[in-house]
Amino acid sequence: MTGLSSGDRVVCRYGGVPQEGTYITERDGKAVIKLDTGYNIGVSHTECDLLEKWSPAVPPEVAISQDETLPLLSILSTGGTIASRIDYRTGAVTSQFDAADILRAIPGLSTIARYRTHKLYTILSENMTPGIWQELARAVYNEIDAGAMGVIVTHGTDTMAYSAAAVSFMVESPVPVVFVGSQRSADRPSSDNVMNALCSASAATSPLGEVAVVMHDSTSDDRCAIHRGTRVRKMHTSRRDAFRSIGIPPLGYVEYPSLDVKLSGHAVTRGEKEPGLCDSLEEKCGLVYFHPGMDAGILECYRGYRGLAIAGTGLGHVNTGLIEGLKSLIDEGCVVVMTSQCLHGRVCDRVYDTGRDLLRAGVVEGGDMLPEVALVKLMWVLGNLPDREKATAMMEMNLAGEINRRSLHGL
Amino acid sequence: MDYEARGLKAGIEIHQQLNTREKLFCGCPTTLRKFEERTGEFYRYLRATESEMGEIDRAAKEEMKHLRRFTYYAYDTTCLVENDEEPPSPLNPEALEISLTIARMFGMTPIEQVHTMRKLVIDGSNTSGFQRTALVAVRGEIPGGGTIETICLEEEAAQRVQENTFSLDRLGIPLVEITTSPCMHTPEEVARVAGYLGMVLRSTGRVKRGLGTIRQDINISIREGARVEIKGVQELDLIAEVVRREAARQVALLEIRETLRERGAEVPEEPVDVTALFKETRSSILKKAACILAVVLPGFAGLVGREIQPGRRLGSEFADYAKKCGVGGIFHTDELPAYGVTGDEVEEIRRFTKAGPDDCVVLVAASGTKAACAASQVVERAGMALQGVPEETRRMLEGGSTAYMRPLPGAARMYPETDVLPVSIGSDLWEFIELPELLTERAKRYSEELGLDAGVARQIAYSEHVQLFDRAISEGISPGLASRTLLSTMKELSRDGVPVEAIGDGAVIAVMKSVEEGRAAKEAVPGILGSVAGGTPLEDAVAACAPAISAGDLEALIQGIVRDRSEFVAQKGMAALGPLMGVVMAEVRGSVDGKLVSELLRKEIAKACRPD
Repeated sequence: MTGLSSGDRVVCRYGGVPQEGTYITERDGKAVIKLDTGYNIGVSHTECDLLEKWSPAVPPEVAISQDETLPLLSILSTGGTIASRIDYRTGAVTSQFDAADILRAIPGLSTIARYRTHKLYTILSENMTPGIWQELARAVYNEIDAGAMGVIVTHGTDTMAYSAAAVSFMVESPVPVVFVGSQRSADRPSSDNVMNALCSASAATSPLGEVAVVMHDSTSDDRCAIHRGTRVRKMHTSRRDAFRSIGIPPLGYVEYPSLDVKLSGHAVTRGEKEPGLCDSLEEKCGLVYFHPGMDAGILECYRGYRGLAIAGTGLGHVNTGLIEGLKSLIDEGCVVVMTSQCLHGRVCDRVYDTGRDLLRAGVVEGGDMLPEVALVKLMWVLGNLPDREKATAMMEMNLAGEINRRSLHGL
Repeated sequence: MDYEARGLKAGIEIHQQLNTREKLFCGCPTTLRKFEERTGEFYRYLRATESEMGEIDRAAKEEMKHLRRFTYYAYDTTCLVENDEEPPSPLNPEALEISLTIARMFGMTPIEQVHTMRKLVIDGSNTSGFQRTALVAVRGEIPGGGTIETICLEEEAAQRVQENTFSLDRLGIPLVEITTSPCMHTPEEVARVAGYLGMVLRSTGRVKRGLGTIRQDINISIREGARVEIKGVQELDLIAEVVRREAARQVALLEIRETLRERGAEVPEEPVDVTALFKETRSSILKKAACILAVVLPGFAGLVGREIQPGRRLGSEFADYAKKCGVGGIFHTDELPAYGVTGDEVEEIRRFTKAGPDDCVVLVAASGTKAACAASQVVERAGMALQGVPEETRRMLEGGSTAYMRPLPGAARMYPETDVLPVSIGSDLWEFIELPELLTERAKRYSEELGLDAGVARQIAYSEHVQLFDRAISEGISPGLASRTLLSTMKELSRDGVPVEAIGDGAVIAVMKSVEEGRAAKEAVPGILGSVAGGTPLEDAVAACAPAISAGDLEALIQGIVRDRSEFVAQKGMAALGPLMGVVMAEVRGSVDGKLVSELLRKEIAKACRPD
């Protein structure tokens, strides 16, 4: 029968045996029924009859007590799922953002700190925009200003590194600002969400004083690594330990389950900086991934852009056919920064002719900056410095740990 | 026992591994490995997830009594899907087709749109914390009575190496789960149905063979008892015994309940700390325990020690519950003094806890938290004894008795596997499924058409070599030679330590062919196969075991032997056949078919005896 809505009790006569169940939804023309055995099946609507319309029960409110003697942390959520609940009646998995829900799902959190939570957004991280980065930066700053001992940002993992870099440039923070997410869905008993969340809370109360990403360090539940916000990259589509520090060792580790934090010597520590917010961004910036045979006409799409980061080959090259087009963009006022698809290592456009031609055309060497970080930095630099000369000089300077003067770390 | 009068009801769940090329949700092969071949290890913690109404599944909760760290062995034949580090591939079409074939064999109705679910299992045997499973077909018939409720296609769990360590080679092998209704009423009927279902599964020729590849779970209840699921009965021969013992256990538990009620038995709120009483004890377990708690059970004396199944007492049930908290076991006054605990100490316990002669005192010894947990488990299980038979999942012990594993899982444990898209089963797929011949019919055909003895026909039809046998017959090998080689020779070789799995099907056929073609004697078959298994090329093995004696050479040899013994032959006539057989066979070193020798010899003797 039609006219069923999700949650209705139905009887399903499929296969000649009446079985009771719950109507879930329609899928590809079939009624999806959750039988009382727990299994879902998809059958024709004519196989099912309504028994009873569903009246939702109100889930019990469980009060959460917070220990007022513990340090205050702030949790800002953007849509990354840190906790979920399963409705076994319908099988629906819902993301939880409310403080009480998060604390109930991850009870260990309440022994580390007390929390203030804000739900900023509920979006998938691929739908992030520079505008949202700005709102996030303001929210982080406000939390620091309001006395949070540390800020935790829950975030989808796909573009977490972009957001971490953006906040690194926009916010001067004396306290840890920790981005955290999970690679394996929070409904599964094996999810990395609990360990990542506990480690992020521990890192947020630690002597760290910069923007970082805290995620699994290996496939085991042994420890989380603390990565600098401008040197971190998602290097695997699905593994728990997808996040890696590129070009430098991690800032430290949080052991699990002890939650002991060990920071490296190069980590910026709590209180080294005064709080500050500089939240302008120039959105007319792009990132081009060069490939052999790339049509120079592509560059026409970037006419009018104020900044362009290039992920070039090897030491930082594009084919000679593109150089003229880049020069034309630069002559019109665009700042073009060269980075490398190798990700590891430093660009050097002084070794080969193509590189020297690129420098002559006005391309700026991006040092050992990651391509995505170069893009975000361009937005921030151009958003705050209208003067191109000064902006170019800034692109070559280390502002938030994004450029290393020395290449210490191998692959 | 009069089972019908007791209201015995039993149903079976059969889990059968499928012999597919790839696993159910990834591209890994379905091969089992040796633990020492592992290429990596990692470890994880699993947690129960809260449901919408704030409930955690009761079976899941039971497993969560103490946070456990699970270690996993990975191999070069496992991948990130087994590691729970990558989303699953689409449902393996080969496995789906096999499960639909089985469904059709039982006359079932396929589900129009198959949905894969996640079933929470947090005992560590699944890296994800859930087992993927899909309902594929419903409602079938068992000949001779009984119905099949469902067929599900699910992934096999990881194999336990020990305690909290698991091996990932088995995780993800496709399984079909066939569930019957509780339609059986005697132990023998359960065994018969299990045997029949197994036969149908093997008839497909596409299921795995050998120990552990098929497991039966049996659901049993009697009137006033409760549904108890017994997991992992692997031997078909034990099924009836398991049912008998479970029925007996439920009867005993009901009798205990009656006695307890008559005595006005009850269970206490709190245990008593008796650690101080055992400072000087000779029991090493109690002496080193940080905390010893006593649970006084009024009215339980004599009943905790009462046998409810061979080798099992009510106290064993208490111990199973207590072990969930990580303790090794319990002591109780029905079996004390023993284990280093003296009669004086027992008196002291009774005095200290104010236990009367009708009361039983149970002791648990461990760290403070573990002991408290174990004591509360004992109290809980004792409370159940007042109610009768608890609903439980149990595991089989050697001989057919069982031990408690966990409560029966609630319905609150399944939700959709969103990473796997539903699969539609259209009539194009369903109607083109070819139904395999049942092994029972096949055995009948071998007997009728090939002239094999009924017993041999059944043996070959049910054996794992049945496909090779069919191939041999189609290639012109005689049924007798094929069945003998596949049933006896291979088994004998294997028993003698020959690695028969190294002999390819093609080689077995070729060896039998060389016998049919007269290039080798059938007596030489074990020797040739043995050489092939050892790595000798087939032709060399045939040549070595069967020195080339052509039909012509053999005839000349026999003629010569008969001629040399013409007097003997003249004297004995046909009676010379036997002695001369020995002479010829010694000469050809057994490499020629005795039947052929006997034929030729008979001819030559007849010729020699014939008056010229």
